[in-house]
Amino acid sequence: MKKKIFIVIFLIFNLTQNCFAYSSDPKKFISEIVDEAKKILVATNSKEFKEKKLEEIAKKIADIKGMGKYTLGKYRKNLTDEQLNEYENLFEKYFLKSFSSRLSDYSDPKIEVISAEVLNPKYTIVRSVLLATEQKPELKIDWRVYTNDPENPLIRDLIVEGLSLARTQKEEFASIIENDNQNFNKLFSTLKEFIAK
Amino acid sequence: MIRKFVYILALSLFLQASVVQAGSEDNEILKKSSSKNSASECFEGASRMIFKFNYALDGAVFEPIAKGYRSLPQPLRKGTGNMFSNLRSLLTLTNNLLQGDFSGAGNTAGRFAINTTVGIFGIFDPATKLGLAEPQKEDFGQTMGFWGVNSGCYFVLPILGPTTARDAVGLIGNAFLDPVYQITHNTEISNGVIGNGSYSEHNYYYYRGSGAVDFRAKNIESFESLKNNSIDIYASVKSLYLQDRNKKISGNDSTTDTLNDNDWEEIDSN
Repeated sequence: MKKKIFIVIFLIFNLTQNCFAYSSDPKKFISEIVDEAKKILVATNSKEFKEKKLEEIAKKIADIKGMGKYTLGKYRKNLTDEQLNEYENLFEKYFLKSFSSRLSDYSDPKIEVISAEVLNPKYTIVRSVLLATEQKPELKIDWRVYTNDPENPLIRDLIVEGLSLARTQKEEFASIIENDNQNFNKLFSTLKEFIAK
Repeated sequence: MIRKFVYILALSLFLQASVVQAGSEDNEILKKSSSKNSASECFEGASRMIFKFNYALDGAVFEPIAKGYRSLPQPLRKGTGNMFSNLRSLLTLTNNLLQGDFSGAGNTAGRFAINTTVGIFGIFDPATKLGLAEPQKEDFGQTMGFWGVNSGCYFVLPILGPTTARDAVGLIGNAFLDPVYQITHNTEISNGVIGNGSYSEHNYYYYRGSGAVDFRAKNIESFESLKNNSIDIYASVKSLYLQDRNKKISGNDSTTDTLNDNDWEEIDSN
């Protein structure tokens, strides 16, 4: 009897896990994320609740560690292990806040996923459009999907109308570091301020 | 006197942009390098101050005007946007020709003829419905980029915003190449060749200013998001400006052709 209960619990657990798993096909993966985010955004919950839910999605679908490394660029090699840990911790909080805040401004986004182009075994670009509304023109949004682990694709960049958000972020960080004589104190304090606001 | 100053400024900026170009042995290599999306600063301290001034001006003047404009009925805004876009296409046409893009020039000229006549001075856009797709806007800075002139250094102009040495020369070149400017400006100088006082130079600035308000109104949320999520908004705007110019100069809409993958590869190698 105990064995049967264990098997049932095991099966339920597995099925539940599968329900939350995203497709390994990059195009379907993005479609699923868009649908999931939309459900959160159209619901009549508070902005804080929506941002919390969006952060939960972001943790599952974005390669935050990879993006953090990319954003720091060549300066990464100048960090001590302790600074690197602090940076990774700060970057994750900064990214999640920035990601959820950008998205929560949209109340009912209509995104159509159009096509996917495999660049190489590591990257696929998924193309989509944010449809025009009476107030805003149509926007092309491309998603850089990291497919190094084919079963577990992750987003590394969003390219809006040909402009890479990751590159913009990287140049922003580089500017702060350069204006601080290649130190990291100013970057860390700025990130802390952003997280706290 | 002002004209003389403008010519000297244009010449010095052009020389600045050309020197950068001369530093490259092979323009193709330069085009393919990852540095095409970056430019050194001409005078960062002054540019940051001008940026702050522009930012405050935007908040105090342009943003409220854009919000007011957006409260107008949608057909009115669309018609206004179409009209400015139609007039602006004349500058695109001259630059299509300078870039040797004759099919693009044909498309732009066809659109202008149809939208000005059937579309009642460009208020409506029947050309798109007839299959003449709206082309990318072109200007003289893009044309120089197409010819191989490098961007030169980056700086910020009061009111006009971010630019590079090449694009600043392009701004001056635009005035000479834009038929709308020629009609309004030259008419005023020769005291009414066309014989109509309404074709005066200040109308050109109304036209450019109104076009800017239309653009600002279409991008209120994007500006807001940028303001709220940037930790160094000056650097963000610089990056977005340079990426956008590079994309437009390449004339390529494909993300895979305009973005360099090398810096992504680098993070996986260590």
